[in-house]
Amino acid sequence: MNPARLKPRLKPGGRRRPIKDQALEARQFSGRAMTAFIIVAAALLLLIARFFYLQIVAHEEFATRSVNNQVRVLPIPPNRGLIYDRRGRPVAENRPAYRLELVPEKIEDLDTVLADLGRIIELPEEALERFERNRRHHRVFDSLPLKFNLSEEEVARFAVDRHRFNGVEVVPYLARHYPFGELLTHVLGYVGRLDADDLNRVDSLGQAGNYRGTTHIGKIGIEQYYEDELHGTSGLEKVETNAPGRTLRVLERQPPQHGSDLVLSLDVLVQQAAWDALGDRPGAVVAIDPNDGSVIAMVSKPAYDPNLFVHGISSRDYAAILAAPGRPLFNRALIGGYEPGSTIKPFLGLAGLELGVINDSDEVFSGGAYYLPNVSRPYRDWKRGGHGSVNIYEALEQSVNTFFYQLALDLGIDRIHDYLAPFGFGEPTGLDLLGEASGVLPSRPWKRGRFGEPWYPGETVITGIGQGFNVTTPLQLANALATLANGGSRFAPRLLYASKRPGDAHATRNAAPVVARVPTVEQEHWQTIREGMRRVVHGEKGTARAIRPESDLVIAGKSGTAQVAAQERDEDMDEDTAAHLRHHALFIAYAPFENPRIVVAAVVEHGGGGSTEAAPLARAVIDAWLAQGVVQ
Amino acid sequence: MRRLLPTWVKWPQLDVPLLAALLLLMAMGLVVLYSASGSSTDVVYRQAVRLGVGLVALLVLSQVPPHILRIWTPWLYMLGVLLLLATWFVGTGRATNRWLDLGFFRFQPSEIMKLAVPMMMAWYLHPRRLPPDFVTVLVAAAILAIPAVLILRQPDLGTALLVGISGAFALFLSGLRWRVIFGLVGAGIAALPALWLVMHDYQKQRVLTFLDPQSDPLGSGWNIIQSKIAVGSGGLFGKGWLTGTQSRLEFIPERHTDFILAVLSEEFGLVGVLALFAVYLYIVGRSLYIAALARSTYARLLAGALGLTFFVYVLVNAAMVSGLLPVVGVPLPLVSYGGTSIVTLLAGFGILMSIYGHRNFIR
Repeated sequence: MNPARLKPRLKPGGRRRPIKDQALEARQFSGRAMTAFIIVAAALLLLIARFFYLQIVAHEEFATRSVNNQVRVLPIPPNRGLIYDRRGRPVAENRPAYRLELVPEKIEDLDTVLADLGRIIELPEEALERFERNRRHHRVFDSLPLKFNLSEEEVARFAVDRHRFNGVEVVPYLARHYPFGELLTHVLGYVGRLDADDLNRVDSLGQAGNYRGTTHIGKIGIEQYYEDELHGTSGLEKVETNAPGRTLRVLERQPPQHGSDLVLSLDVLVQQAAWDALGDRPGAVVAIDPNDGSVIAMVSKPAYDPNLFVHGISSRDYAAILAAPGRPLFNRALIGGYEPGSTIKPFLGLAGLELGVINDSDEVFSGGAYYLPNVSRPYRDWKRGGHGSVNIYEALEQSVNTFFYQLALDLGIDRIHDYLAPFGFGEPTGLDLLGEASGVLPSRPWKRGRFGEPWYPGETVITGIGQGFNVTTPLQLANALATLANGGSRFAPRLLYASKRPGDAHATRNAAPVVARVPTVEQEHWQTIREGMRRVVHGEKGTARAIRPESDLVIAGKSGTAQVAAQERDEDMDEDTAAHLRHHALFIAYAPFENPRIVVAAVVEHGGGGSTEAAPLARAVIDAWLAQGVVQ
Repeated sequence: MRRLLPTWVKWPQLDVPLLAALLLLMAMGLVVLYSASGSSTDVVYRQAVRLGVGLVALLVLSQVPPHILRIWTPWLYMLGVLLLLATWFVGTGRATNRWLDLGFFRFQPSEIMKLAVPMMMAWYLHPRRLPPDFVTVLVAAAILAIPAVLILRQPDLGTALLVGISGAFALFLSGLRWRVIFGLVGAGIAALPALWLVMHDYQKQRVLTFLDPQSDPLGSGWNIIQSKIAVGSGGLFGKGWLTGTQSRLEFIPERHTDFILAVLSEEFGLVGVLALFAVYLYIVGRSLYIAALARSTYARLLAGALGLTFFVYVLVNAAMVSGLLPVVGVPLPLVSYGGTSIVTLLAGFGILMSIYGHRNFIR
């Protein structure tokens, strides 16, 4: 042993530490341990006496109370809030319906009962499978739904035979219904059966009790985003039941707080106009009121019927949706990424003016192709032979590529990125739906991070016509144009216009917040760009002059084409080009010119030219909106 | 005999009788839990996994010699206090700040203190002359008061009491003089009215309900009334497994967690309760026996304190279920579903196993 260990250790201050008597301490400890054990035993005796009293002495009394104990607490699910469009048309409603429920514990021979039920009520294979699945983890003596949305005949047939089915009941409930079906799916989303994942999430939010009687929950869209508002607060009922559990008397009732009704800023008529104008082509249309950031229309096509999902979609229906052409589940307006093409030109033109790179009389000569010094690759104009000398007005009117090649090069990618960012390119707009895509607003750091490569001048050139790395969503495009139209205030657009809590006399307006402001150097610069966009529709050579209204309505717009596959000559395709290789047609517009009340972004996939294919959509939407006058 | 392993690999020196009693207790717990959860194999499975994790902790700790534990003790204690302070700022619990989120998992730092406080107490008393003198008692009181107050502020009255009591047991076993003990207990009773002033509203409500459950039979008195009916209606032999109407029809609240004893009492009667108590008594007795065998003051005090604290869980929980105490959030140890407490408790028994296994070492 280390001899240092044997030296008495000194405490600070020099006092010797007291010597411990190990044997004495051990004895002392044993004494205390014995005392402790006696106390433990005594305490346990006391407990045993208590249990003896409860279970033996007072057993009769408690046994009686147990038998008479017939009070159960039952949840009363709240009614889900209704959803209206901007003009008060119901778009999500609750319809009275009946469901078939049974309590497995009360049924002696489940298989026979199910077989008998199957003779009077159609029980699809899926319903039985789901029932089996849910049976494994349900609360004992809770009733379990077997089939939703019974037909009236089924309810009637069951009523006749009811006496034969103990433990089976037909229960009235309110079923969600979407009267406009696929027209609004990509906005509204749908509710579906509460599944294990939903339950876990609800539980982790401390809402398990609130959802005990709830069968459906918002799965996607507005129904998901505003689930808390729509759901409401569950009530409860203390009821006296007899031995098999049937309710005899309601002792106490705490009514549920129903969910809030929501008013969306969408206008179903405008939505319908966009829907019809798209026809059978896949694409998206987004319309926004530039004055308050409220979304007037948001269409993505193809879509699907949300009502299929409410009662649990059959695997056959689901397979059909998955197999349908054009991916109906994909929300193009919200997450579809497209090259902006020439629709980016107004924003670049504004950057050029505001940053002092050009002024409104500067001209650039377009001779059909543009070359970088010492590079043989031509950057083409869409018009063979070019447009001649053009200024910014003419460059917008005729969508002159060369003008914007030069402008982009003069601005440089850094200034382009910094000027376009506040318009919301490259980031989610903050719309009140989940899962929005952010698109891409390229920059040097972005390219280095994404590809590990430096930025090349040629990439700046094609950025001038919105090609290359730029990716935007239709929603982003509409919101950026709204920012341009209203003078620089970028809203986080809102689908929710107002909400009304039950009992409130009036709905509360839900205003879209302004999330960024584009600084104005010179009002006239903005006016120059707007004038250029006016000429797109109203100018002699305007690319979209075909949609010029006969009335005195003035529309400002800009066409665009998004490349699908690299083509030798842009926008130079004919009827023979395979449909899936055709470019996407884009058009952005706002109206009326002097006092903008609506902004539209339209994308037609594989449509070809933006001015011919997408511009009429924008016109249809603008007409539908302005025809209705100002809403209060 | 030919060894399969090199000689330096020691087989775990486990106290077989104690381990057997623990396993018996867990098995009883799982059987009752299956009924209490409404025949949910899912719940039973998750509980079994948790018990498994606890057993691993037990095995690991049983291989760490007590003198190593003693060296770590002050660091563990300080870490625990720091984490408790951290919950103050970054706690994530609903309404209460009990949880600390480490990104990969969340835990309650107060659980650490359930082991760290008796360890620290034993560490502090270990080199001192016993019975402790006045200054020693004062310092010891501070050692247990600091974490107890921090936990009380979370607020978690149940755990704060358990942590405080575990330290107090070490002090008691160290030979604290009886007149001091009586003095402290007397002062404690005198201070009860003061406690009322610092209690939260929900805690006051529980006490009031306890004193007069009939005042609100469908509201907060519900737990106590229904639990007593369950226990009382069980009688001598109980209603039988899976057939307790009180639990099956969900009259008993929290029936698979804090009130699981009510389910056992209803379905297995007084006979079942006595069997359960017998196992608990054996475990406590065995712990004290192991403590008495130990050679160092540290091991003795720690082993004794852990065993006695284990019993306090049983005492408080059973008293609550049978209506002798107000509703406090204390689980029935190793039987109630869930809680990090299972791992902590089994880790504590790991320390006991280690003390048993190393009883012949003198350090």
